[in-house]
Amino acid sequence: MSEVPVRLSVNGRTHEVDVEPRLLLVHLLRDRLGLTGTHVGCDTTSCGACTVHLDGESVKSCTVLAVQADGCEVTTIEGLADGDALHPVQEAFWEDHGLQCGFCTPGMIMRAVDLLAHDPDPTEEEIRRGLEGNLCRCTGYHNIVRAVKDAARHPHAGRIPAPGVSADGAGAGRELAQEGLGA
Amino acid sequence: MTAIETPQADGRHVGRPLKRKEDPRLITGRATYVDDLNPVGTLWMAFVRSPEAHATITSIDASAALAREDVVAVYTAEDLDLAAPLPMAWAPPGIDLNVPEHWPLARGRVAHVGDPVAVVIGEDRYSVVDAAEDVIVEYEPLPVVTDPEEALRDEVLVHPDLPSNTVHEWSLGGGDLEAGFAEADVVIERRIVNHRTAGGAIEPRAVLAEERAGHLTVWSSTQIPHFLRLFLSIMLDLSEERVRVIAPEVGGGFGSKLQIYGEEILAAWAARKLGRPVKWCETRSEAMMVTHHGRDQIATVRVGAKRDGTVTAFHARILADLGAYMMLLTPMVPSLGAFVMSGCYRFPAVQTDIVGVMTHKFATDAIRGAGRPEATHMIEVALDQLAVELGLDPLEVRRRNFIPADAFPYETAIGITYDSGNYQGTLDKLLEHVDVEAFRAEQERLRAEGVHRGIGFCTYTEICGLAPSRAVGPSAFGLQGGGWESALVRVHLTGAVTVYTGTSPHGQGHETGFAQIVADRLGTDPQLVEVIHGDTSQGPNGLDTYGSRSLAVGGEAIARAADKVVARIRRFVAHKLEAAPEDIELRDGRWIVRGSPDKGFTLPEVAGLAYIPEDIPQDMEPGLEEVAFYDPGNFVFPFGAHAAIVDVDPETGKVTLVRYVAVDDCGPAINPLLIDGQVHGGIVHGVGQALYEQVVYDESGQLVTGTFVDYALPTAAELPSFETDRTETPSPVNSLGVKGVGEAGTIAASAAVANAVMDALRPLGVTYLDMPYTPMRVWNAIQEAAR
Repeated sequence: MSEVPVRLSVNGRTHEVDVEPRLLLVHLLRDRLGLTGTHVGCDTTSCGACTVHLDGESVKSCTVLAVQADGCEVTTIEGLADGDALHPVQEAFWEDHGLQCGFCTPGMIMRAVDLLAHDPDPTEEEIRRGLEGNLCRCTGYHNIVRAVKDAARHPHAGRIPAPGVSADGAGAGRELAQEGLGA
Repeated sequence: MTAIETPQADGRHVGRPLKRKEDPRLITGRATYVDDLNPVGTLWMAFVRSPEAHATITSIDASAALAREDVVAVYTAEDLDLAAPLPMAWAPPGIDLNVPEHWPLARGRVAHVGDPVAVVIGEDRYSVVDAAEDVIVEYEPLPVVTDPEEALRDEVLVHPDLPSNTVHEWSLGGGDLEAGFAEADVVIERRIVNHRTAGGAIEPRAVLAEERAGHLTVWSSTQIPHFLRLFLSIMLDLSEERVRVIAPEVGGGFGSKLQIYGEEILAAWAARKLGRPVKWCETRSEAMMVTHHGRDQIATVRVGAKRDGTVTAFHARILADLGAYMMLLTPMVPSLGAFVMSGCYRFPAVQTDIVGVMTHKFATDAIRGAGRPEATHMIEVALDQLAVELGLDPLEVRRRNFIPADAFPYETAIGITYDSGNYQGTLDKLLEHVDVEAFRAEQERLRAEGVHRGIGFCTYTEICGLAPSRAVGPSAFGLQGGGWESALVRVHLTGAVTVYTGTSPHGQGHETGFAQIVADRLGTDPQLVEVIHGDTSQGPNGLDTYGSRSLAVGGEAIARAADKVVARIRRFVAHKLEAAPEDIELRDGRWIVRGSPDKGFTLPEVAGLAYIPEDIPQDMEPGLEEVAFYDPGNFVFPFGAHAAIVDVDPETGKVTLVRYVAVDDCGPAINPLLIDGQVHGGIVHGVGQALYEQVVYDESGQLVTGTFVDYALPTAAELPSFETDRTETPSPVNSLGVKGVGEAGTIAASAAVANAVMDALRPLGVTYLDMPYTPMRVWNAIQEAAR
């Protein structure tokens, strides 16, 4: 299949790649750019494990073609932490035990950040409706909702850090994960 | 309501809600799941699966697929040279099981939709899917049977080469059932259907296999890496030490990854054959088809009771739809329910009779709770039905029959010994949170406004901590293995600690909870204790994670290994301080001679004594590392009391869960945060089954619920937040006093919701209705009752 060039910015780093027109954004991110924090949990746009930000809005990257992201800015879970500091939503998920197996977590966090960007002080019902497109089988959502509620107390919970914090476009998550303990 | 706080003495970590050690890698996208691994040269697998539920394969033409430049191979059953078929690991003594052979690729005939016919292997994730489309398979359809009651008649055989569709008959009972029914004032009988569900782990299955220099490494999204190693070695005829299985980060299991799947075997077989890494990642549509389902039982439940609600006899006859093939534990699952068919009650006579039958659907097997949610649902729904029949309060019926707190250890009519319990205690605590009288007043008021609100209860106990080998092993219950668990605790020279567990977590938080246990015993910080799991080349042999066993069996093994390390610490410190080992104790993070706190050693200092053994006697062994194997003396029996409150809209039939309160008792908490998390998720698994989820096949064996669009996993928007509380009744079975909690919420929830729905519907004339309470089903029932 003939390939087409795509130029996009991911976590502040510009990539120019040739892709099959049918390549999904999630597979570009995972298989070509090595950003495996974004997951695939279904094939019907139901589960939201693949949620990333495309030009500042949360999207399910299994339902966006890589070519559609041409010229766009993408933020993945790897780009969410700001330097050594976890994003307030990441912090809240950790603090409130808002995850178990962790597979839905990156998508859930990216969705929650967007939710808080649009509604900085949501009610529980608004949080629950806002997360409707992201499935979790482990937590029963109880602690996820609590985490989003708690994150909303932080003034920048809906903000994404300025991109380009590290050379590999991976944010500071790598050091943090190796540390095992966080900041 | 928050979890109870356990009082802490002396800076202990056990009992505290420590944040998880696992989380930093998971919240930053730095964890490693199987699909995150791509060794150089990796080939991809895609399957050609049967669109027919039952058919003869008349031809397979792979030429077009093979002509594609990026396709490396196409294999069918004829190409496979496996030493054994896929395993079924239950052989109850004295019972013949009628079991079909099950191979990773269908041999001449398919028996369910999704049965794999061929596997295509190629260079790229996308192109192998294209190539699979190019494989032309012709089928000659055969008669199909999907209804288990129809299947029992053997008019259509699921496997024409077998004499019958019936797999087995199995019974467990105790007490005089006939006498129990004879002395009953009232006998009720209900047909209770517990429908088929899916595990629904958000990470679908995935496997990657690679052979280098005669050593096979398989990464799999599995709950059971040690079992997978064993069966890979058997099926591929490899010596077991040459096989390494790694379960890296596993994105949920819920029983669905407690399995040996054909795709795992095929990836390994093909990797050896082709000399390149081979990978397969299941799609969700495949997962719905060919990752094992759960439940699917039709029960006829008979209860005999006195007028005051005292139960005199309880009889459950279960027809279990096992699907087309017997997978690892398929026919065994319903029997797990039989062990707790007494519930938390003094039933003098209890009998469970199980018939397993095959149909042209995918196999059922263990899904969260495995047999116990079904049994609990039968008991708890039947008790509510009995209460209505007798005009008694359903909670009063439960109280009349509770095993009293002072009767433990308690041997039930079937001869199972419950370790500990205080059923009245958890119910009392539940009623501190739920004011039933106020609810009834509110219910009446709302009904006048057209809102039909109902409350339902479930008081449960369950059997977990799998398992005492002498109870479950080949000559007893018939599992072809043991139930022990292992641990290795290693203190490094620096005082850092590595713990190896034979359990294999997939979200539960073992790395945190186990670190807390070890840190307290050795006098260090849990942050300095790393827990290694899920790699068969690391640490002693293990038996993996299922049946709420990890803490009660694996955690106890860790505690015992740590205690052996403590005995070493005592010897080193006693030698250095010229005291007796029994006088050495841990105080404020230092090992001292009792009563002399001025001189002592921290863990790193003790490690120095152990690893730089300049002045220890010749007969004292250096080093600070121990292994323990632990086989439990009994199962453990967690229990609790749950209440659900639902609203039913009679106009649409829609049921909304309004409130859910759970009081659980799993013994002393290691980490209350983790317990609450397990309970929340468990509840939703049960609520999901009661209200939304169902695997549906049509009469021709086509899977109707083939994606997450059709199979309704609950979302955040349908659910309320939960109220949880606990009591702590220690188990005498292990030194930690702990019981499992991974399945408890699921075991309790479906019955609580069912009873609440029935409570709401009763004024509308609906007296009994099976799950799932979908709007159509509820609306139809209301209409029918009104006619």
